[in-house]
Amino acid sequence: MLLKVNNLETIFRMARGEVRAVDRISFNIKSGKTLGLVGESGCGKSVTALSIMRLVPDPPGKIAGGSIELEGNDILKLPEKEMRKIRGNEISIVFQEPLSSLNPVFSCGEQVREAIVLHQHLGRKDSKTEAIEMLRRVRIPDPETRYKNYPHQMSGGMRQRVMIAMALSCQPKLLIADEPTTALDVSVQAQIIELLQDLREELGMSILLITHDLAVIAQMADTVVVMYAGKIVEKAPAGKLFSDPSHPYTQGLLASMPGYSIPGKSLPVIPGSVPDPVKLPPGCRFSDRCGKRIEKCFNEEPPLFNLGDSHFSRCWLHNKEEN
Amino acid sequence: MIILKADGIKKYFSSPGSGFFSRSGAPVKAVDGVDISIEAGESLGLVGESGCGKSTLARVLLRLIKPTTGKVFLDGIDFFALKGRDLRKTRRRIQMIFQDPYSSLNPRMTVGNTIAEGIKVHKIVKRKDVRTRVHSLLDKVGLPPAAESRYPHEFSGGQRQRVGIARALAVEPDIIIADEPVAALDLSVQAKIINLLRDLKEDMGLTYLFVSHDLGVIKHVSDKVAVMYLGRIVELSDKESLFSDPLHPYTRGLLASIPSLERGGKKLKAAIRGEVPSPVNLPAGCSFCPRCPEATERCKLEFPPFVTINGGRKVRCWLYS
Ligand SMILES: Nc1ncnc2c1ncn2[C@@H]1O[C@H](COP(=O)(O)OP(=O)(O)OP(=O)(O)O)[C@@H](O)[C@H]1O
Ligand SMILES: [Mg+2]
Repeated sequence: MLLKVNNLETIFRMARGEVRAVDRISFNIKSGKTLGLVGESGCGKSVTALSIMRLVPDPPGKIAGGSIELEGNDILKLPEKEMRKIRGNEISIVFQEPLSSLNPVFSCGEQVREAIVLHQHLGRKDSKTEAIEMLRRVRIPDPETRYKNYPHQMSGGMRQRVMIAMALSCQPKLLIADEPTTALDVSVQAQIIELLQDLREELGMSILLITHDLAVIAQMADTVVVMYAGKIVEKAPAGKLFSDPSHPYTQGLLASMPGYSIPGKSLPVIPGSVPDPVKLPPGCRFSDRCGKRIEKCFNEEPPLFNLGDSHFSRCWLHNKEEN
Repeated sequence: MIILKADGIKKYFSSPGSGFFSRSGAPVKAVDGVDISIEAGESLGLVGESGCGKSTLARVLLRLIKPTTGKVFLDGIDFFALKGRDLRKTRRRIQMIFQDPYSSLNPRMTVGNTIAEGIKVHKIVKRKDVRTRVHSLLDKVGLPPAAESRYPHEFSGGQRQRVGIARALAVEPDIIIADEPVAALDLSVQAKIINLLRDLKEDMGLTYLFVSHDLGVIKHVSDKVAVMYLGRIVELSDKESLFSDPLHPYTRGLLASIPSLERGGKKLKAAIRGEVPSPVNLPAGCSFCPRCPEATERCKLEFPPFVTINGGRKVRCWLYS
């Protein structure tokens, strides 16, 4: 197992109250596999990623509990100096908006070279050759010329490729991709998905793929984790999750996708809206919106029930003892 | 009956790259010869990638910007020839819903005043009835009457979009142009807004031009679909045929690029290479040709005409002429 996240808890202390952005979540990522983390805005996907990188802004944020084991070592226990090595060498991250994460005053090639120099002890000439090689690896056409381009001279898709090249410069074991295709056009999104799939195979790395787009997850992930209001509500192998979704929230999300229901008919919707993170309902967090709730759902938080075949769902409906 | 018709619309902007010293930069051809017509009560979906000119075309149709050439007709009346009272009366008939409900609402104005503004300007009802009218509009879009005294920042993205819809409906338009109305919303919220727009269309007999980059959304809301690429419509068809039997290689590529729930584990292969080039210095022939898997010598040199085939479907591609 490459990464084991165990009961991770990350909170933000705000004037309005405490936000449990990530509330005791656990999942594992195997070597060479892709785990998809999906959920609506504010459910805690990015905070999960930042926690794994140990980049949660503190204050107001804080990792309050749990462990994150990378190949058996709890990285939450490491001093910051050690963590910096992990961050560049073992785990790296690609964000949604490549323009704001690239430095506008340096050429893209120089920025890739910079990342390489930071992680591999190469001289000026070798690091440049290596940087051009990285640009080629992320399928940037004519990398020698492109090396000299500044971020604003590139298209969104090209910039995302540069970001991926930088993230891969340290040959990480885990690549965290937080909404890597959300800002891109469909034709370019398909290219980046294909690129990430190929690179994962070529380099044998694992990917933590974060997105709100279920179809992108279906396309890329081996395992899927669905989050709702800071909690994992369902976890399953990808094929299983999409063919046999078990949590009413997952079922609702899948049913409301416009491309998959009968055109012209009303889309089935989940009533209500996501709860305010400082005023979570007692019991199940989804209870006030759920069409299948029972009395118990309002009072007691359900555990993650094991449905067999690595499929878990946090819903009282799966409670065999009572049904 | 055709309610909205655009004839030979071109909109060129002076090139942003032409800078301070050179005045001779080639223009950006944001819209480059578009003809469309929308039947009353119909929903036309306009789909295309970023920068293809969708929003510019929408703004021309709303008479927010003047086209370089071309005309827009509302019920046969030349929209750009109108002045004064006639213009005001016609403007009312065509309204817009924006992508970002936050930046399109005045943050210092209560929701009630935002909705009431158009009602007063166009004297839709008597002054004393404005408030009742605002309440009924709020109700139509699924907001409580108490929302009238609150400000945009107090609402979620989905609720703000409802306010934007109520504002557009306030002046009793016939045509709604919705520019990416659900792109900024979460899936569960998106579904509700799509349903709302659909119900309103039925209730009020509205005509829609629905602009979106999301083929799933387009498939759900439109009767007809126009596919736009670099300022031109490359395919126009009824929705069923477009999705089951796309004609233009660009449409086919777009459909193959959508990640799918059903593909389950099979790798997604990028169906279109490269990215949309800048609309300055377009090739002489078909503008999709540099990315097209089926391009021939002819495509590079000659600009393909928009031809009608198979009972009313239209396509701009040499494969079909
Ligand atoms: N720096 C911060 N300060 C305070 N609260 C924060 C901060 N970052 C995140 N949060 C809160 O943590 C919760 C989870 O946020 P997170 O950014 O992880 O959501 P997300 O799932 O990534 O959403 P999106 O899909 O919008 O990116 C939210 O309630 C958010 O308001
Ligand atoms: Mg996020």
